[in-house]
Amino acid sequence: MPDLLLELFSEEIPARMQRRAAEDLRKLVTDALVEAGLVYEGAKAFATPRRLALTVHGVPARSPDRSEERKGPRVGAPAGAIDGFLKAAGLASIDEAKVVADKKGDFYVAVTKKDGRPAPEVIAEIVPQIIRTFPWPKSMRWGAASAKPGSLAWVRPLHSILCTFGAETEDPEVVAFAVDGIAAGNVTRGHRFMAPDAITVKRFDDYMPKLEKAKVVLDADRRKDIILHAARDQALALGLELVEDEALLEEVAGLVEWPVVLTGTFEREFLDIPPEVIRTTIRVNQKCFVLRDPKTGGLANRFVLVANIEASDDGKAIVAGNGRVIRARLSDARHFWETDRKALPAYRDTDLKPLDQRLKKLRDQNIVFHEKLGTQGERVDRIRELARGIAPLVGADTEKAARAAELAKADLVSEMVGEFPELQGLMGRYYATAQGEDASVAAAVEDHYKPVGPNDRVPTDPVAIAVALADKLDTLTGFWAIDEKPTGSKDPYALRRAALGVIRIALDNRLRLPLTPFMAANIADHNVELRMADAKEVLVSARKLEEAGITKRGFGVDVLEKILGEKAAAEFARTSAQAAWERVQDLLAFFADRLKVQLREQGARHDLVDAVFALGGQDDLLLVVRRVEALGAFLDTDDGKNLLAGSKRAANILRDEEKKSGTKFDGAVDAALLKEPEEKALAAAIDAAMPEASAAVGREDFAGAMAALAGLRAPVDAFFDKVRVNDADPAVRANRLKLLNRIREATLAVADFSKVGG
Amino acid sequence: MAEPLPTHMRPERSFQGLILTLQRYWADYGCVVLQPYDVEMGAGTFHPATTLRALGPRPWKAAYVQPSRRPKDGRYGENPNRLQHYYQFQVIIKPSPPDLQQLYLNSLAAIGLDMKLHDVRFVEDDWESPTLGAWGLGWECWCDGMEVSQFTYFQQVAGFECSPVSGELTYGLERLAMYVQGVDNVYDLNFNGRDGAEKVTYGDVFLQAEQEFSRFNFEFADTEILKRHFEDAERECRHILVAGEREGSRHLAALPAYDQCIKASHAFNLLDARGVIAVTERQSYILRVRELAKACGKAWLETAGGGA
Repeated sequence: MPDLLLELFSEEIPARMQRRAAEDLRKLVTDALVEAGLVYEGAKAFATPRRLALTVHGVPARSPDRSEERKGPRVGAPAGAIDGFLKAAGLASIDEAKVVADKKGDFYVAVTKKDGRPAPEVIAEIVPQIIRTFPWPKSMRWGAASAKPGSLAWVRPLHSILCTFGAETEDPEVVAFAVDGIAAGNVTRGHRFMAPDAITVKRFDDYMPKLEKAKVVLDADRRKDIILHAARDQALALGLELVEDEALLEEVAGLVEWPVVLTGTFEREFLDIPPEVIRTTIRVNQKCFVLRDPKTGGLANRFVLVANIEASDDGKAIVAGNGRVIRARLSDARHFWETDRKALPAYRDTDLKPLDQRLKKLRDQNIVFHEKLGTQGERVDRIRELARGIAPLVGADTEKAARAAELAKADLVSEMVGEFPELQGLMGRYYATAQGEDASVAAAVEDHYKPVGPNDRVPTDPVAIAVALADKLDTLTGFWAIDEKPTGSKDPYALRRAALGVIRIALDNRLRLPLTPFMAANIADHNVELRMADAKEVLVSARKLEEAGITKRGFGVDVLEKILGEKAAAEFARTSAQAAWERVQDLLAFFADRLKVQLREQGARHDLVDAVFALGGQDDLLLVVRRVEALGAFLDTDDGKNLLAGSKRAANILRDEEKKSGTKFDGAVDAALLKEPEEKALAAAIDAAMPEASAAVGREDFAGAMAALAGLRAPVDAFFDKVRVNDADPAVRANRLKLLNRIREATLAVADFSKVGG
Repeated sequence: MAEPLPTHMRPERSFQGLILTLQRYWADYGCVVLQPYDVEMGAGTFHPATTLRALGPRPWKAAYVQPSRRPKDGRYGENPNRLQHYYQFQVIIKPSPPDLQQLYLNSLAAIGLDMKLHDVRFVEDDWESPTLGAWGLGWECWCDGMEVSQFTYFQQVAGFECSPVSGELTYGLERLAMYVQGVDNVYDLNFNGRDGAEKVTYGDVFLQAEQEFSRFNFEFADTEILKRHFEDAERECRHILVAGEREGSRHLAALPAYDQCIKASHAFNLLDARGVIAVTERQSYILRVRELAKACGKAWLETAGGGA
């Protein structure tokens, strides 16, 4: 069967968009082919900086004939309905419709036959449409055509389209179409500098090798492979190792059509700069790799660049040019590194250490963290107080935690972080160390941002844990207080990541940490502040009204001030506390959701998480997880399964009875009314198990609590086996229902069994 | 080029030789070669020959050198790369020709960059000027890892869609000269292409100015006066725009109004360098300049140059 080859040749496509664009092209074209009845065998798309290419093989030469049926009105329907049907179906008279019978009678059905069409005709319709509506993240207009509205938009100017269709055994035809004056043909071009001439192509089989000859490696994964292996080999030849970097590799593979890997050198003295800084400078600004010396474990004074040409001097000029830029960049970095460890001119006369001067500068500049959440300085104060509160609970020295929290954001005003924001935290650690801060304080300055992503390291040192939790809880409570919660895919302040960070820190470090107190205080503070700000606005407007002579003296400001000063204060406190409490509950529910996601990824059942959170007041993440684990283990046993079944049965009966009678059966069981041995045994077993389970929960021995409940399984089974709840004597019946309620109460010691599935 | 240039005029020998070569190249292509605009501005894009001429339907080809003032980038002459006053070579062609990339590469060849030896790359760079209400798509052009130019297809200027789209090239002249001359410090650039006692360096011409203007930008500039300048320029711009407006016929004074917009922008840049603009105020200053730019663009579209 024939193959389709499509190439869209343009000016340089941004590297970060290429892979996605190739995939979009493949999906859009093949979906449209299938939609048109052209079911193909396989397809593959490619991207280079200057082209998107797609090969679809095994496409039928024609689309199949199709007949479509359209159901019309009932036979004998009013003329208007018949006419409408004829018009919609494109029939000349009702005689052309056939009559079909169903349960309700006879109906008209219009059958329209659509003949299949040659595939090139279909392709010539599909492809221009896809080009015109291609989902580039950003597209542009260009040239003389852009004088008119509706001109073609592409990621960068589109120069040519290659589109051929045909079987292997014959010469393929050029699919005839044009988009904004660009006619599809069978010609492409090779490498911009090394093989710029036109190349005539038949099909994918000769397209790829001809491009390769014209110094274009079409497949991005092959370009990556070439770069990676050449870089490793050149490193090895120097006795060094490549510092691998997948994101950089992907990017540079999108910047070249013909990768040529070269190695250059910079002065050894630059290695005094922290290695992360060297790597970031070289990576971000120059898109080059760095090498590691396995003997020292540190960086080597080398860099690996990926050029796009085979230069006539074997790359000497290219290496020299890149080396010069890298040296200039490293000089800048060294300048930042040195400046940041020295006094700031404006604070030279204070007795503050360099990083403390930066903190002072951060405060003095009143840099806004968020319009409604105050300045960075205020944020630092809040984090410090939170860290102080958390420290004793996580075994950290309170003063060290406070110190680390204070310094944590100071590097934001350093020159280095100004230039490379991704080095925040890390530079803070270097600068803290340089001014002789305690090692765990310095480490906490770096680690308080962690974990950043799912693969990032979780802090383990207590001081770092305290500050990392404080930072994240401040962010979460702040945005919860002003009601800027994540919605759908929108999470501009990375709040999900912050919550997940808290969860991972708590669980990985097995921390016992009730969250409510820390959340409540912070949210309440924000709340009162915001409402006070509102009140101040009222006052200001009142003053303005008075100044403008709109309100009369005597009724004006002084009265309002008095009211707001006295009564409003109390009212603020009351309603703020109420509102704050609701926000805290909402934030806890958010944590529960994140925890569910996290536990599900580890294979835990999310219904068990629900069953535990349904108990209420669960704000200690580690305890929640322990309960979930114990519950999961228990429900895997026969005792657990049967007790769950028994408790669900009890709950169902109770629910029905409560509904019917409108009363609850939550009173004490009357021992005198117990007649059957099985119900006596059950009552006794519950009386024994409940305190035992509660005591175990009190000791946080959830397995023990489950074991205590396991003892209920046999009596519950026996009860349902032998005892009829629905006794003729209403008092006995009510007493038995109360007994069922006791089963539910007993299990509530560990989880809400009604939330457990299955 | 017709006849071989004398050594001291060659683009790789002197800063001025580089400028002359680019001017010749683009003049040969058909551009009008303008002289720098006589108002201080942050980039060649602010020149009315770019900002205003990019608007409207009339074709336009121009090339010019524009001194660019970035008060915040002053380093008292101590940094080998950063200057508060430097030169941009600007090319603007409307509509963008289909072979603009090749024209650009040929201009690099004209200044002596051999494409068989050097690795020239077009690296994504989306350009946006919040103060001009303008954006475009294009690239940073790299030569052996050094950014030597910016290449932009204007999509919007002064809040108006460009139709047709212009192509804009901006060469960072000092950087490019450092590259072709092979020097690492801008002040070491050979300015006039002579040797020995005759040689004049970039430092001979500009080092003192960099030192003095850094002092002015960061320390001496009177911020009250600057604020007044900003407000005066803003007021004057609005005043001119109103005075020149004629219902149903062409605007009479788009260009003088736009001069005031550039002045306001420069006053803002100086205030910013003096560190007296709070973070929250910054945005509002930028918006105020953008409003002026938009109003000037609108007025320009009502003039003959704007196609009215």
